[in-house]
Amino acid sequence: MADMENPYEHPDIHNHHDEEYGKKARKKIWRVFWILAAITAAEFAVAFIVGRGTFRNVTFILMTLVKAFYIVAEFMHLRQEVKSLITTILVPLLFVVWLVLALLLEGGWYNGGWFGA
Amino acid sequence: MEGRPSWSGGRKPFKATYGKLMMWFFLMSDAFTFGTFLVAYGLVRFKSDVAWADPEAVYTHFPLLHEWFHVEAPLAFVGLMTFILIASSVTMVLAVEAGHRMDRDGVVKYLGWTLVGGIAFLACQGYEWYHFIIGTHGGGGLDGSIHLLDGTVAQFFAGAEGMFAQIMNGDFAGTIMTIDEGQVVLSAAYEGVTLPEMSQLPELMPVQGYENGWDPRYLSVVEGANLTVNQYSQNPSFANFFFFITGFHGSHVASGVLLNYIVYRQSQNGTLEKRGHYEMVEKVGLYWHFVDLVWVFVFTFFYLI
Repeated sequence: MADMENPYEHPDIHNHHDEEYGKKARKKIWRVFWILAAITAAEFAVAFIVGRGTFRNVTFILMTLVKAFYIVAEFMHLRQEVKSLITTILVPLLFVVWLVLALLLEGGWYNGGWFGA
Repeated sequence: MEGRPSWSGGRKPFKATYGKLMMWFFLMSDAFTFGTFLVAYGLVRFKSDVAWADPEAVYTHFPLLHEWFHVEAPLAFVGLMTFILIASSVTMVLAVEAGHRMDRDGVVKYLGWTLVGGIAFLACQGYEWYHFIIGTHGGGGLDGSIHLLDGTVAQFFAGAEGMFAQIMNGDFAGTIMTIDEGQVVLSAAYEGVTLPEMSQLPELMPVQGYENGWDPRYLSVVEGANLTVNQYSQNPSFANFFFFITGFHGSHVASGVLLNYIVYRQSQNGTLEKRGHYEMVEKVGLYWHFVDLVWVFVFTFFYLI
């Protein structure tokens, strides 16, 4: 099978990594694991130390985005893809950001909170 | 390929294989789905005119600690679930790394651990759903609530004299009943009226008396949660969103486990080795990491905020 030309396959797929490369890759994986575990532990600390409020919520959301960055960039290897693929995946997600902002602005109407009049 | 016109084909602008590219596009669309779910959750929670549930009071069960020692551990179990999923993401990316080196044993080993993590997560979710649905009474914190026909809710609390219930909103504020040796005893104006043991109460229980601006002719004790009422919040949307979003995520985990198992078998029996590459591991890996990614957001918006 390996020597057959498959139009759906990229030729790079058969360029395998050597042990030296793998060693470095594994080191990186474990580093990301400890970062994710530390952020999750910090989220717990914040949940019990910091009182409810906008500050705490913003802290949680920022920590979540950092975790999301590491999962997508390092575990899903999006960082190693070409720029055209990275933008193709990430730019459309701005629509979700837009939806969040739109509903925060419009949703304020319900009880006059946050941005609402 | 070099020097050919752009539109004559044969170019690979994304430098990725067809399968991987399509997996990315699928995951992007799935991100929209989960994104809109969570945004809808946020809007309904934000606009709710009754108190939303307090996650630290709802998710307090930890296996064995709860059953044997009756100890409450707020958010500890969901923290463990998060840890399990992150760990299984790590073993998945280690399997992908082993695949890049054509290390068949490594792929099989790490995919095996990923399977274990996925199944463990599903088991944890089963435990959590079970306790969410049956609810609690007799411990501290939220012990149940009485829903009255006019929409007000009285919540049970463990007090110095045992259990008692209060209506915290509406026209009436005060203790309306205590629980004495398994008997619900209406206090104040309702003295002398006893109800059967709480757990044996039918859904609607007629009670005599009519005072304080609300109609207590129909009284029901709510424990746990279903799609209509729940003991955690007066707003049924709380439980609805819990079932819907964690359920949708759980079904993703379940199908991820199935995909991982298929690729695990393909690695084990040498199918992928014969193919000359382990790209299948990368593709199901992308899906698995995405499931982990979604959980990171669910964890924040459901359990922390």
